[in-house]
Formats: sequence, C-alpha cells, structure tokens
Amino acid sequence: MQMLQNSVGRKLVMAMTGLFLFLFVIVHLLGNSSVFIGADGINSYAEHLHALGPIVWIFRLVMLGLFGVHIFFGIQLTLENRAARAIEYNEKKNPRTSFGAMTMIYTGLILLAFLVYHLLHFTMHVTNPEISVGALAPDALGRADVFTMMVLSFQKIFISLVYVGAMVTLLLHLSHGIQSLFQTVGWLGAETLPVMEKIGRAAAVVIFAGFISIPVSILLGLINV
Amino acid sequence: MILDGKCPIGPIEKTWDQHRFDMKLINPSNKRKFKIIMVGTGLAGGAGAASLGELGYNVEAYCYQDSSRRAHSIAAQGGINAAKNYPNDGDSVFRLFYDTIKGGDFRAREADVWRLSQVSNNIIDQCVAQGVPFAREYSGLLSNRSFGGAQVSRTFYARGQTGQQLLLGAYQALARQVKAGTVKLKARTEMLDLVMVDGVAKGITYRELSTGEIKTSWADAVVLATGGYVNVFYLSTNAMGCSVTAAWKAAKKGAYMANPCYTQIHPTCIPQSGEHQSKLTLMSESLRNDGRCWVPKRKEDCEKPASEIAEEDRDYYLERKYPSFGNLAPRDIASRAAKEQCDDERGVGPGKRGVYLDFENSINRVGESTIRERYGNLFDMYEKITDEDAYKQPMRIYPAPHYSMGGLWVDYNCMSNIPGLFVLGEANFSVHGANRLGASALMQGLADGYFVIPYTIGNYLAGVKPGEVTDEHPEFKKSLEETKSSLDKLLNIKGKRSVSSFHRELGKIMWDNVGMARSKESLTEALKAIPALREEFWQNVKVTGDTKGRNSQLEDAGRVADFLEFGEMLATDALHREESCGGHFRVEHQTEDGEATRDDENFAYVAAWEFKGANKAPELHKEPLKFENVKLAVRSYK
Amino acid sequence: MNLTLYVWRQNGPEGQGKLEQYEAKNVSPDSSFLEMLDEVNQELIETGIDPIEFDNDCREGICGTCGCVINGRPHGPQEETTACQLHMRQFKDGDSLTLEPWRATAFPIVKDLVVDRSAMDRIIESGGYTSAYTGQVGEANQTLIPKPLAEYAMDAAACIGCGACVAACPNGSAMLFTSAKVAQLASLPQGKVEAAERVKAMTATAIANGFGNCSNHYECEAACPKGVSVKFIAKLNREYIKALPK
Repeated sequence: MQMLQNSVGRKLVMAMTGLFLFLFVIVHLLGNSSVFIGADGINSYAEHLHALGPIVWIFRLVMLGLFGVHIFFGIQLTLENRAARAIEYNEKKNPRTSFGAMTMIYTGLILLAFLVYHLLHFTMHVTNPEISVGALAPDALGRADVFTMMVLSFQKIFISLVYVGAMVTLLLHLSHGIQSLFQTVGWLGAETLPVMEKIGRAAAVVIFAGFISIPVSILLGLINV
Repeated sequence: MILDGKCPIGPIEKTWDQHRFDMKLINPSNKRKFKIIMVGTGLAGGAGAASLGELGYNVEAYCYQDSSRRAHSIAAQGGINAAKNYPNDGDSVFRLFYDTIKGGDFRAREADVWRLSQVSNNIIDQCVAQGVPFAREYSGLLSNRSFGGAQVSRTFYARGQTGQQLLLGAYQALARQVKAGTVKLKARTEMLDLVMVDGVAKGITYRELSTGEIKTSWADAVVLATGGYVNVFYLSTNAMGCSVTAAWKAAKKGAYMANPCYTQIHPTCIPQSGEHQSKLTLMSESLRNDGRCWVPKRKEDCEKPASEIAEEDRDYYLERKYPSFGNLAPRDIASRAAKEQCDDERGVGPGKRGVYLDFENSINRVGESTIRERYGNLFDMYEKITDEDAYKQPMRIYPAPHYSMGGLWVDYNCMSNIPGLFVLGEANFSVHGANRLGASALMQGLADGYFVIPYTIGNYLAGVKPGEVTDEHPEFKKSLEETKSSLDKLLNIKGKRSVSSFHRELGKIMWDNVGMARSKESLTEALKAIPALREEFWQNVKVTGDTKGRNSQLEDAGRVADFLEFGEMLATDALHREESCGGHFRVEHQTEDGEATRDDENFAYVAAWEFKGANKAPELHKEPLKFENVKLAVRSYK
Repeated sequence: MNLTLYVWRQNGPEGQGKLEQYEAKNVSPDSSFLEMLDEVNQELIETGIDPIEFDNDCREGICGTCGCVINGRPHGPQEETTACQLHMRQFKDGDSLTLEPWRATAFPIVKDLVVDRSAMDRIIESGGYTSAYTGQVGEANQTLIPKPLAEYAMDAAACIGCGACVAACPNGSAMLFTSAKVAQLASLPQGKVEAAERVKAMTATAIANGFGNCSNHYECEAACPKGVSVKFIAKLNREYIKALPK
C-alpha cells in the first residue's frame, strides 16, 4: 500500500485506471456507432448488453471503481501539486506543456458532471422521461427502442450542445492523457515521446469526431426515425 | 626556523606503505568519540568528510555554498590522471611521480608526490564504484586521453565535466554519511576564525550566512579543504565565493603559508570584454591540440578583422619560439608568450589584451564536423559569451589566474605547523611544486580526501583525549566576541567606496605587478600599493546592511579584507624568491631568449611564511627540498 | 542599453515580498545577466539601498548555484543556458525584465532571489548514491560498461541541481532532478544493486519535502540548462515498476 502514498505509485494508478477508462470510451464509441446501421443495429446491441444480466452490473461496478479511484487520486494529486506551489509567479510562461495538460482537473471534473447527467439521461431516464425507452413503444421486434430515444434526444439542440461540449472536454482530457499514460508506464524515450504526443492528440481527435458524429448526424437529419 | 616535513625515509616506493604501517590506529568503537571539523566540501573536503564518516568519526562539514555539491572543483573540465597504464604506453607510478616532480619545476617534496602517484590508481577504482560515468571504449573498458603535454595517455575523463562528475561522486558519498548520521552538514556557513587552545587547533567560529548568526564549534581536529586564493587577482577562473579567508584565519593564528607566489596562469581563457567583467572563463587546454596561436606582425593590423590579415603578416609566435612543442608548450610558457605579444602592443580584441587561437588550418585539414565533434561544447560556450562563431573567425584567448600551487604549509601527514590543523587539496602547498600539470588537481584533491587524511588523522587523534576541550572553553567565547566585533567594525566604517571597487583595484595591482612576469620594481611597487589600499579600505569602505540575515556585501568585505593582507604576503614571497620557476617568473632571472632560470643552489626550499601582524613583515621559515630519486634538470620545451 | 527591472524583494523567509522597480542603465550587451545585476547593485549601494541578493558562484554554468525566473522562464529566454551564461545581448534596449525567485513550497525564500534548495540534497541523501565504502572496491576495469550505456548515464549525470526544473514545473515537482540520479545509477552495474530501494526512497523523500507530483507537462525539460531529457523520468517510472514486487 506504500504505492498509494508514493508519487510515482499514484501516477501509475492514474495511468492504469485512465487506460481502462480510455478503453471503455473506445468500446462505448464502437457500440454507439451501431446507430449508423439504423434502429436494428443499436437496438440489438442494447438487447445483447442487457441479456448479459449480472455481468453488466459487475462491469458497471468495476467502472464505478475505476472512475472513483481515478477521480480520487486526480483530486488528491492536484491538491498536493497546488500546495507545492503555494505562491504563484507574477509572470510565468509555459512553453512546453499544452492547454489540455494544464486543465486536466477541470476537464476531469466537467466530465464527471457530464457522466452524471449522461447516466441520468440515458440510463436512469430522469432528465427527459418523455423520450426514454420506457415511454417509447418497443421496436418492431419488441426490443427497447434505444434508436428512437437517441434520435429524439439529439434532435433537441440543447441536449446535443451538452454532449458536444462534453466531448470537447474529453478531447482535451485525452489529448494529454493518452501520451501521458505511455510516459508514466515508462515506454517512451527521447525519440518516441514527441511521436506519442502526436498519436495521443490524433487519437483524441478521432474519438471526439466519432462521438460528435452521432448528434451532428441526427441534427443534420442524416439519421432519422 | 628550519621546518621538518616529517617525510618517511628509505626507498621511495616503500615510503607510503611503511608509513601507513607505522601510524597509530584508533579502535573502531572509539572513533565515534572523536569530533572532526571539515571546512570545505570540494573534492578534498567532500571525499575526506565522507571517508572519515565511514570510518565512524563524528564529522561536521562546513561549506559556504548552499549545498555541498557546488564547490568549485565542479568546474574542472579536462580530467584526472592515474598511473593505470591501461593504454600500455609505458606509464607507471614512477613515471607519474617523475612527471609531477619535473612539471612542478623541482619545488615539491618527493615523498608527497610519490604517495599521490601511488594512490592515483585507487582513486579511479573508487570513483568507478561510485558510478562516475567515465568515458568508455566500445569494449566497455575505460578510455584515456593525453593531456597537458604528457607523453602518455593517463587522463580519465567524463566528457568536459570530469570535475563535476568526481565532485558529485564525493558529494553522494557524503550524502550517504549524512543519512547515516556520521556527518552533520552545515551549508551556507563561512569559517571566520580558528579557535586555538594552548597552541592546538580545537575548533572554529563561523557565520551562518542565511541568518547572520555567529557560532562556534569545537573539535578534536580541524581540517581545512578550502581551495585556492587566485581570486586575489579579482579576475580569475575561480568561483565568486572562492577566497583565502579560511586559510588566512588559520595563518593569523600561526599557520605558515607556503610558497604563496606559486600561482598558475592558464593560457586559454576568454579575454575580458569590458569593465563590467566579474570573472574569466576557462576554455579547456585541449583546444591547443588543434588551434594555432597568432597575433598580427604589425601593430597597425591589430584593429583589422582577422580575415583581412594575410598569412605572411601573421606571427605564429609559439611555433616560432618553440618549434618542437609549438602550440602545445606548457601552461606557464604559453601564458607568458601571449603576454609578451600583448605587451608588444600586438594584442587583439577589446583593450588589445588577447591573442588569436585559430582553427582554420585544422578545419581545412579534418573538416568542420570533426572539429565540432571534438570541441563543440567549447565553441558553443565561446559563442554564448562572445557572440562570435569560432568556426568562422579565430577565437580570442588570454591567460587568466587559475590555480594556486602555494597554500598552507603541511607536513607529510597533511598537518600544518599547528597541531590538530590539517589542510587538504588546493588549500595546502604540498605536491604541485611551482607549477601544476593538467589533470593533477582533481587527483590531489581526491587523494588527500579519500586516501591520506583517513589514515593520518588517526595517527594524530591517537594521542588526543576525545572531547577534552569543548566550546565551554573561554577561548571560544573570546573568538566569538572578536569575530563579532570585526564584523561590526566593517559595517561601521560607512565610507564611500564599495567592496567590489577595492577588490577590483587590488586585483589590478596584483595582476600588473605580481602576475605573469614579476620584477623587483613591480613587486616593490605592489608592496607599497597594497598596504596603502588596505589603509584606505579600513577608512573608506561602504558595507551596506547589517549583521542579521543574509548580507553578501558583508561576506565579500571580509574576504576582500583578508585578500588585502594576504596579497602583501604573496608579493613578499615573490620578491624574496630570486629565481624563476614554474608559475613564478622573475624577469631578472631568464636566459637570453626569455626562458626561466631556476636557482637550485639557493632556492631549492619551501618558503613558509609566518604572519606577524598586518603591517609587519612576515617571518620566513625554510624547508629544504631534497631530490634523491629525480635528478634536478632544466625544463626545456624548445 | 537601458532596461527596466521588476525585482522580487523579500527581506527574509517570513517577510512579505513585492516587486520593486529599478532601472539598469548603460548595460553592455557583452555583459552577462549577473554582471548586469552587479552593476545595478553598485548603483543601489551608492544610493544607499540594500543590494539585491542573488545566489551565484562559478559563473560558468556548472555549479548550479545561480538562477531566477526571468520574464516567466527559469534562467531566462535562452535555451540550455544558466542565468550566469545568459548575456544581455539576448535582450533589447528598453526591455523590461521581471525577476522572481524559484517558487516552490519546498524552496523557502532566504532573501530576495535566494532560495533554500536543501530539499534537493535530502532527496540525494535518501538514496542517490552507491554504498561503496572508500577503499573497499575492486579494479576499475573489472566491470565493463558498454559505451552507449556510459553515454546514457553521463547524459543523466549532467544535471547541475540548480532547481530550474522545479521552478518551471506547474506542479513544483522535482521529478526530473530525481530521475536524473535514479537513471544514472540504475543504468550502471555499480548502481543496479540498490536500484529498487533507491527509486522508492528518493521518490518518497521528494513528496515528504513538499515537492509536487509529476504530471508529464515536460516544462522541466524545456527549462533545464543542461538539456536533461524527460526520458529519464520514463526510466524512473520503469525502475519504480520493477521495484514494486520487491
């Protein structure tokens, strides 16, 4: 447990939990992309997920744990780092780092808030109960009509803006997080670091583009009920 | 008085081993009862404090820097010698011994130099074990290069940062002892007095440079490893904080100062660019392997850019004067030759105090990329300082004070004439004679620290009752009061001139009159000018601030006050030594073609001066030098 | 050239500091940054103001004593250059310079631009060495060290311990400093023996002394006057992972 007090130990915990969260984001994006196949695609994906039963719950608990640890140490490390520079400079230039790196705690907290909203919206159906799967008729095959729920939701400009905004913060968070994770586990050297920084940013952009393509397509009417 | 160096007798190659056996030992469990003060944490002090701590002594280590990793040993670039004979080129302990005696112009003790040569090999082993990243061959074996005109490759190096790496090795060993609790480190402290009880060194008085507090500390032995004094010239390659203060406080308590006139002027430094200049930067001597020194033949050409001076109008003066050694002539000779050209008004650059070091021929011969590979970091440093690209135009260089071979007198055990006061490294006078060879300073510092003092201090302490005198003794209170009042005195002068203006003026007197070429007239002049300046200092210096908290003006004022006394002793020694040897060149004693002439008949001795008071002549004590293993010979580099 | 300086003046560790304005007149472009400060101090002394305190010693870029934050950058605008090697020709006539001390909780201010960096010594004391007793070692050439490894170790060992990395790090972390020593020793056979305890102890000591955590901003590398690479932080991380089971 010494590791959880150590500077590098906790950095590794951040990296490893971050890695799984990152992998989850990729899987989630792939799953969501089934919306482009139409109602059949995403509704059958949702059906399959629900058929897993308790495994879904185990998965959810694991994710909750990972999130919790990532957030806890993220906040703890940030507080320590602020205490390490109790008095700020009157003038300070940061030529090397990035906006994404400097704002990790803020983007992280925004993502946390978004996550809560996201769960309230699509999972617990609290924010917009009128367009939740419970309120909507099942699809032709009797499955919960996730497709219609998504389309009707994202047709609301406000909801789409919230999601796009959240994905901007995810973009920023990942633009630093991905390369940082590789540095933390010690895989980078002088030559590979700049390359990994580019790859990390590119991957963040791809994920960003992937996620926003859904509300954008719906708003543009490319996906319709 | 005739001094006795207490050198062991018998065949030279057995002296150190026999002496080690003859010395008394201290029972391991008794060692922790002894307290030792180490002043200075450079190569000698850091290595010494660490090794004494390892042995179990109770060590207190003091340094004026904010960390024990910063002593000026760190700035040594070139390397460290050892007689390993790895390249199979004929090196041996005897050859290193011989070269050092000869290079020192026969003014060092044979036994001390032998010991240094013998332990040189242990130093390399020790440093490698510490993780010092010495240069390696592709085989994985240690790499050697030749240095400073030696005919064998015996220099070990870590890029151009050998001093740094060796010092960090010693610093880390010291850090380990700090952790183990055997060494207590007192950084940001300056020793301001040596406390003597019944003629024996028993402690120091020091100032905490951050808080301004004056404190005392007792010890069973005091070791000074406080470096050299060439900042007496104001402009030198030494760090800003280097001073004679610790050594001088000891001298004022009766320790003899030996051969102070032996100062080394390094030929390849970046010339002064203006009045603002605070120090001079050394460029590794290795540059002379590929650079050619020249000045214009005619005074009128000196203002022209180098590129506009035709080949036949250039005077490659070292090649002209020393056809066989050419640009690789030893330091003292190359320095003097540069000065001669500038005195002849053929110098170049600001103030015309500079000569060219030209790489054009080498670049044409081996290509710019090869030169860049060899000296890239030096060329970069040169460009940072001068804003000139030495690949395109010749470098300008000029000699600068660099190292002091002289220092406190010590016997073979590194103990001064004051019992209980030991002196290590550049602060003592022992092994370099009148001139130090390249890559030998690091060797001496580590030899004294790792392999000499751990043995010899035990021999002394074996006859001492541990903790017999502590700072309860009235002498400590007296020293404390005296130190406080001397600081108050400096602050209360409240004159008009800044401390640094006095230092600058002293430096100019020393450089013009007691520098590279000394004469009876110039030295007499200096001996008039220095006391006059000292007089003015004590009437008219302006020291700002107070004794509380950090006050670098007060620190500097104390150091300059000591230089103002010490400079006079240096000039006195130079005046008395009616010969030219090594770093001491008297214009009266030279051959027709300007070579130094030594006077072995009358001056083959160590001149140890006893301070008798600020305006009194110091008393000379002599230690005759005997050469039984190396034949006295004239150095010739023609 | 003439410049306007805004210099952090603080009388002692407990004092309240503030930026004071001074004029640096007739500065030679050939003078170093510290020589410029010397001249400003001479003027201050003449006008009866206590001179600005700043740490410096070798003035040739190797001892690591000097350094302040100049216009927001530790050691100033020139890459791989200590404050003492920075020359005034890097600035323009009429420029204004803001000078602040290294700001980190682990580096309490002594006075003005002078800070106490002994926390860095404590990091080394906690394990930045090999436990080789004087005289207890074997022949130097008995242990072969491949040239590239020796070069790698030397790249790390080039650290001068000035603290610019800490000053530059948005988190006030000393990870580059720590990693340079960890990497140097862990890459050599002599230092491998104690590598596991070393990396654990040194990283723990850093936090205990008030340094922040590394979050891979790489500002340290950009500020380092000796160009020490953050690849050594990656190496430290690897060493830490290797040390975990031990």
